[in-house]
Amino acid sequence: MSTKDQALPRIEPVAVADPGDIRTGGWFVRIAVLVIVVLWIIPTLGVLITSFRPEDLVDSSGWWTVFAHPFQGAQWTFENYSLALDQGGLGNAFLNSLAVAVPATVIPIAIAAFAAYAFSWMEFRGRYVMFVAVVGLLVVPLQMALIPILRLYNQGGTLGQYIIFPDLDLVGTFLGVWIAHTAFGLPLAIYLLRNYIGSLPSSIIESAKIDGADHFTIFWRLIIPLSVPALAAFAIFQFLWVWNDLLVAYVFLGGGSQNRVLTIALANLVGARGENWHLLTAAAFISMALPLLVFFSLQKYFVRGLTAGAVKG
Amino acid sequence: MSSPGGDPGGSTDVIEQPPPTERGTALSPVLRVLGALAILVVGFIALGASFLFVKNAEGSRFVVVGIALVAGVGGVFFVFWSMNNVVQSLPARYQEGVRPFIFVGPALVILIVFLVYPVINTILVSFKDAVGQSFVGLDNYRFVFTDDSMLRAIRNTFGWIIIVPLFGVSIGLAFATLADRLRRGEAAAKAMIFLPMAISFAGASITWRLIYAYRPAAFGSNIGVLNGVMEALGQNPISWLDVKPWNNLFLMVIMVWMQTGFAMVVLSAAIKSIPDEILEAARIDGANELQVFRRIIVPSILPTIAVVTTYMVINAMKVFDIVFVMGSPENRGTEVIAERMIHWFFIGGNFGRGAAIAVILFVAVIPVMIINIRRFREEEAIR
Repeated sequence: MSTKDQALPRIEPVAVADPGDIRTGGWFVRIAVLVIVVLWIIPTLGVLITSFRPEDLVDSSGWWTVFAHPFQGAQWTFENYSLALDQGGLGNAFLNSLAVAVPATVIPIAIAAFAAYAFSWMEFRGRYVMFVAVVGLLVVPLQMALIPILRLYNQGGTLGQYIIFPDLDLVGTFLGVWIAHTAFGLPLAIYLLRNYIGSLPSSIIESAKIDGADHFTIFWRLIIPLSVPALAAFAIFQFLWVWNDLLVAYVFLGGGSQNRVLTIALANLVGARGENWHLLTAAAFISMALPLLVFFSLQKYFVRGLTAGAVKG
Repeated sequence: MSSPGGDPGGSTDVIEQPPPTERGTALSPVLRVLGALAILVVGFIALGASFLFVKNAEGSRFVVVGIALVAGVGGVFFVFWSMNNVVQSLPARYQEGVRPFIFVGPALVILIVFLVYPVINTILVSFKDAVGQSFVGLDNYRFVFTDDSMLRAIRNTFGWIIIVPLFGVSIGLAFATLADRLRRGEAAAKAMIFLPMAISFAGASITWRLIYAYRPAAFGSNIGVLNGVMEALGQNPISWLDVKPWNNLFLMVIMVWMQTGFAMVVLSAAIKSIPDEILEAARIDGANELQVFRRIIVPSILPTIAVVTTYMVINAMKVFDIVFVMGSPENRGTEVIAERMIHWFFIGGNFGRGAAIAVILFVAVIPVMIINIRRFREEEAIR
């Protein structure tokens, strides 16, 4: 990242540590880093260990006591996970989270990519004004939109006697959540992708035009393949955002429906079985599994996406 | 997809006025347009049917979720493809004029219907009664600034927006600087700090409930880490989350834990972009490491620090999940603004009050919005 113009960061390669760096520290640095790392890991470690311990042991002793006899077979079990998936309804919730998160990632990216291309390379009236409006929408708190959207879903919207939005009864449906997430994710997606697509060399687009390609072909065959890094960065950011979101899911899917997602299932479990730590920790880890997988396998893109996401409201 | 659906309607207006000069060969172009429109309509009906099925399905979750995925992901591409199809079927001289609106249309429709209109609507509703019918003037705002619980929420939110960014940025900066000097393992160490960013607030809440878990002295041994430490030190266990007003601080710790990684990664990238020559020159001139940090590193990355801080302030201002999942904010005095909004909206059933609370959040980010737009226009001017 450059040190200038930070208010609106662009997607840039993440700096890599220089192995030949001579400013290496001594013991103080190593110990300080170690202390912070240990402090940061303890909470997650506690959940991980607890989730693999039998109920009676979880209830009678702290998770750190496993370090006394780490290799005793009776200390460990997988039962909590099958219990959480079954009884806690986490299995269904996991599938529902997928059904919410994947389209709620793909839809805004597709819509934003088309819009970003138009903002970058097509001539039409109002282009600049529209894009400035998108920049303004970046930090609008989504809380501002919850109540009106819910009312649109519940009873439709009218302007005088004209119906501007039909009553589609979208509350509690995946479609309703997708649209809400799309709307909340679009400004950032358009902004980031336009920065990226707009910075591609104009010569390639000009030469494709000379070869007779129309905008749709250029976009689909040329721009999309070239924009994969930016698309991936935003995709990961949006996916994790949606997967980890509780608020939007709570408002538009509701707590009790069969469509409830992982975060809601977790919140419900905490409310209903707040002292069943063997169940809670297994459930928490089920909800973390996919984000952690994404995190470790796509760390580079993930960091870019989050860094770029700094402007989101 | 209901929203992009508004758009093809717009393009039919253009289509249905074929220029009179082309009437001689009009038949096949008209058929082509109609054919393309038919694909669009049939596709929409198919999408609608699959959404209806997903909505009412009782069967296997795998099937339902599978259909939802196909319809959702396939749907958006189908909408663009079929709209472009309609454009292709138009006479050539209209194509490039209509096409930009196919590209930006869906985005604009969604932004206007689901973001711009709601913002205006929320502002209006904030002046209305509980069910959003009749105007009540400033009553909701009067409530917001006099209700005890709301005042606590405002006070607590101020605490959140000061303490979370302060600690998050400080620890992140310290860690980025230190890790930068490690001979090996920098990436691994940073990944460990960064890892909490990947998990949900709901998951993090469970994680930290286990840290703060409490049992009174005679009710078995404590399984929470903090009270485990207290017992090891021979102290009485403490019900951490019930200690007013410090319980607010204990909740803020969770957010610091989650967001420090973000600050650290961004600041680390900024630190690495400082030219080595500058740092070396300072060292040769006899500056010690602390001086290098204070006089060179911090000033060079000040703009980055400002952005990271702004981001964390906005996030802290909107904190909801942590307080909500940790439970009983009213009894514990841990209310925050965004949590109050949901409370009044869903539990209190008062749209007007909920909207007024949301407007407070909105007003608070308006300066950031203006700065962003100004920054953008300056950048465009240089471009």
